[in-house]
Amino acid sequence: MLLDVSSVSKSYGKRPVFQDVSLSLDPGETVALTGESGSGKSTLLHLIGALDAPDTGDITLAGTRYSTLGDRGRAGLRRNRIGLIFQQFNLIAALNVGANLSFQARLAGREDPGWTAEIARRLDLQDRLEQMPETLSGGQQQRVAIGRALAVRPDLLLADEPTGNLDEANSDAVLSLMLDLVAQSGTALFLVTHSAQVAARLSRHLHLSQGQVT
Amino acid sequence: MIRTAVSALLAHWRRRPGQLLTLVLGLALATALWSAVQAINAEARTRYAEAAATLSGAGQTVIRRPAAPIGLAEYAAMRRAGWPVTPQLEGRLRAGDRAYPLLGVDLLARPVAPGPGDPDLTPADLLTAPGRLIATPDLAARLEAVPGLPPVLHDNSAPAGVILTDIGTAERLLDRPGQIDRLLLTGPVPDGAEPLAKLLPDARSDTVAPPDTASLTDSFHLNLTAFGLLAFAVGLFVVHGVAGLAFEDRRATFRTLRALGLPGPVLTRLVLAELTALALIAGLLGVGLGYGIAAALLPDVSATLRGLYGAQIGEGLQLRPGWIAGGLAMALAGALTAGAQGLIRLHRMPILDATGPDRWARSTLRQSRAMALAGLVLITAGFASLGAGGLIAGFMAMAGLMLGAALLLPFVLGAVLGRAARLARGPVAQWVWADMAAQLPGLSLALMALLLALATNIGVGTMVSSFRLTFTGWLDQRLAAEIYLTARDEAQAQEINRWLTGRADAVLPIRRHDTRLSDRPGRIYGVIDHATYRDNWPLVTAAADPWDRLAGGAVLINEQLAYGAGLRIGDTLTLGPGWSAEIAGIYSDYGNPRVQAIVALPVLLHHHPDIANRQMGIRSDPAGADALIADLHARFDLPADAIVDQQAIKAMSLSVFDRTFLVTSALNILTLGVAAFAILSSLLALWNARLPQLAPAWALGLSRRRLAALEVLRSTGLAALTALGLALAWLLLAVVNVEAFGWRLPMHLFPLDWLRLLALALLAGAIAALLPARRLMRLPPARLLQVFAHER
Repeated sequence: MLLDVSSVSKSYGKRPVFQDVSLSLDPGETVALTGESGSGKSTLLHLIGALDAPDTGDITLAGTRYSTLGDRGRAGLRRNRIGLIFQQFNLIAALNVGANLSFQARLAGREDPGWTAEIARRLDLQDRLEQMPETLSGGQQQRVAIGRALAVRPDLLLADEPTGNLDEANSDAVLSLMLDLVAQSGTALFLVTHSAQVAARLSRHLHLSQGQVT
Repeated sequence: MIRTAVSALLAHWRRRPGQLLTLVLGLALATALWSAVQAINAEARTRYAEAAATLSGAGQTVIRRPAAPIGLAEYAAMRRAGWPVTPQLEGRLRAGDRAYPLLGVDLLARPVAPGPGDPDLTPADLLTAPGRLIATPDLAARLEAVPGLPPVLHDNSAPAGVILTDIGTAERLLDRPGQIDRLLLTGPVPDGAEPLAKLLPDARSDTVAPPDTASLTDSFHLNLTAFGLLAFAVGLFVVHGVAGLAFEDRRATFRTLRALGLPGPVLTRLVLAELTALALIAGLLGVGLGYGIAAALLPDVSATLRGLYGAQIGEGLQLRPGWIAGGLAMALAGALTAGAQGLIRLHRMPILDATGPDRWARSTLRQSRAMALAGLVLITAGFASLGAGGLIAGFMAMAGLMLGAALLLPFVLGAVLGRAARLARGPVAQWVWADMAAQLPGLSLALMALLLALATNIGVGTMVSSFRLTFTGWLDQRLAAEIYLTARDEAQAQEINRWLTGRADAVLPIRRHDTRLSDRPGRIYGVIDHATYRDNWPLVTAAADPWDRLAGGAVLINEQLAYGAGLRIGDTLTLGPGWSAEIAGIYSDYGNPRVQAIVALPVLLHHHPDIANRQMGIRSDPAGADALIADLHARFDLPADAIVDQQAIKAMSLSVFDRTFLVTSALNILTLGVAAFAILSSLLALWNARLPQLAPAWALGLSRRRLAALEVLRSTGLAALTALGLALAWLLLAVVNVEAFGWRLPMHLFPLDWLRLLALALLAGAIAALLPARRLMRLPPARLLQVFAHER
């Protein structure tokens, strides 16, 4: 088992988001999480991504228990084992496409130029490496974000509505590319989406509703 | 409608109190430094005028007897003969552990009578025992603490640093009954009056030229004014930055108000009125703060002026309506200048204007090329203005260079940071450099302010430090001997000379001839060949063996003469009819308004055999100088001020300089403080725009602690890069001073001072970034996650 989410609860102030949620992921598995707006999908993704801490319960990724980690340890875990893709891409505006693509891999100290070049080629970004993010279209920016997350060869790729900001054609293309690359790299994928169509393309589908995962 | 619109506009400040505080504080600090300098200048200038009128009777004729005091009977005889004269007696009055100059005058007849501060005072109280002492309030307060003195009257119009009293009281206090030092002619001598030569055969009559204190101190005041102006400019950068940000923050409000029917011109006028009101509030704060700063600095300025130029100003500060109005006007003008761009944009803004969150920063970026171009124009204009010559042109050049460099800074920094980002190897380093470049638009104004502050600091600091070294060198030149003595006449001088044989190591005659040198009023000194000069003279440039050449008939000239007349080593200088000499050396002569030359004494005496020989420098064992002075006083009938002790003067001069340093240090630190405040306010203003940049890096695995450390590093890095502008200071000192002032300070570099300043700049950058960094370190992850959530 790669990921173990065990009896995790989270609330903001007095408002509970979800309670006692448990789930697990195997290496290379692709899982989609759907749910209503405000159901806590993104919050759960943030907890799994070690971006936030649960109120109760624990999460374990590749044998590392989050509750034993401090701020620095969580940062290291994100840097080395997790790839993150956000709906708004969140590229580093000050760096060009090439530097954005390799950023996390270099941060983790394991850049593989051949793999990065392969990703760039597969994402059709090889001619845009010197461009700044602001000069790219939304679809292109999201491809850079996917490439950045995969270049580090993470154990787990977390994607929060990765196609939510794209039109249908772009959405299909980006999703296909992401699934291909995930399969090629053996990375597990945990994807949050509103779309049942997107969810249907992944190997497992979870639904978060009224604080419970089914 | 107006009321509703005003309420909507003011709501912004309630939502962003920090922005309001920054705007008001920035303007208040700028006004404070400007007002403080103006207050000091105004106070000093007023006191010069008062002192000139009260003390010397400027432009009046003075009658004195060189060798002895004038007697009371002789004075009475002159009055009886119809001469309109008034007597003066002066000396030093010991009060406690200090001695103060005491001036005895005829309080009923003197030209400018002080206004007695005591309403019950009668003229008889002033004239009869115990009499009254009249002094400025600060001095009066010190005198009142000393027992045994006559009652003291506080009088703001009294000459600063001098105790004024009736001549009868002065006779008693100085123990010089019946003696008068000089007579002032208070009106025209009646036709047919007995001539002076008959009434006082050995007396001399001279018309006293108005003291040139004002012209001597002009450069000092101009220095302070320039400092104040630059500090003001530093503050304006803060105001400009915040005003621009406030404008962009309110762009949506402006657009809505316009869309809801508020006419554009009315909106512009409302914002203008708001800016005016804020400027007046900040101006009042600034003037108050400036008064405090001026009051704190005035004693040190007063000591500096007294030490450097002999100019007396008091240490008490009067609140003058002129500079209050001036301070408010400057605050208003500054706010309008800083806000002009925003007002113009507002005036031209279309109703359907698209609001972007970082439009302000982007527009600033677009302007960086235009600003760089303007900077180049200013720098060129600065150099061009040097052609006009003089102090004003010098400072215009300095202002042009400094403002030009500040305007050029964002463009240069952008290029440097871009290059550094390309050269960086690690991902974090690459990101840090690139992110610094991306931050530049928002920080550039603050960095420009920092550059100005640093350049001002190094310029003024190095100048003052160089002054100190040059001045001590000058003191060594003038005061190389342990004792200086002025005899009553040549006979006494010869007698003293003989007596000193065997008692002193050497006697150095001081003989001079006043003449015109290269069409300027100047002075030629004759010196004997002695190690005192060879070892101490502050030569800036010289031919080989200048002292041997001097003995052979060559001349040394001061910098004022060299630059004024365009003379170089090896040129020939005409010293008089039929007398020319080759220039063998040029020496620094700080603070001397006159041109000067030095020749060997035998050469001078050959051309002017009859010049006076009353002054001499006496070399002796420093440890025995006090005893020798006491012996000289005991053996010869010398006035109290005839002997000058070198050690005492040097100690006093150095203490003056140390106080000068206090003034400049205080202004330096305050200016740097304003610049640090500018960076802090910019960083805080950029805080909301920074989070979307930092959150992805955090999500990708950089901890908050590391991000916070990088924020501090970024700020200090930008400060360090900005500090490279210190090279500008060299330009200011080496080029502008020479061209503008006609003399050059020996260029003393003070590596430790520069390092200290660099450290201060880094500290300013670090301190400014500490608050945002601390905020970042403690930021809950949920807040960073909002960056991702908000954008959905």
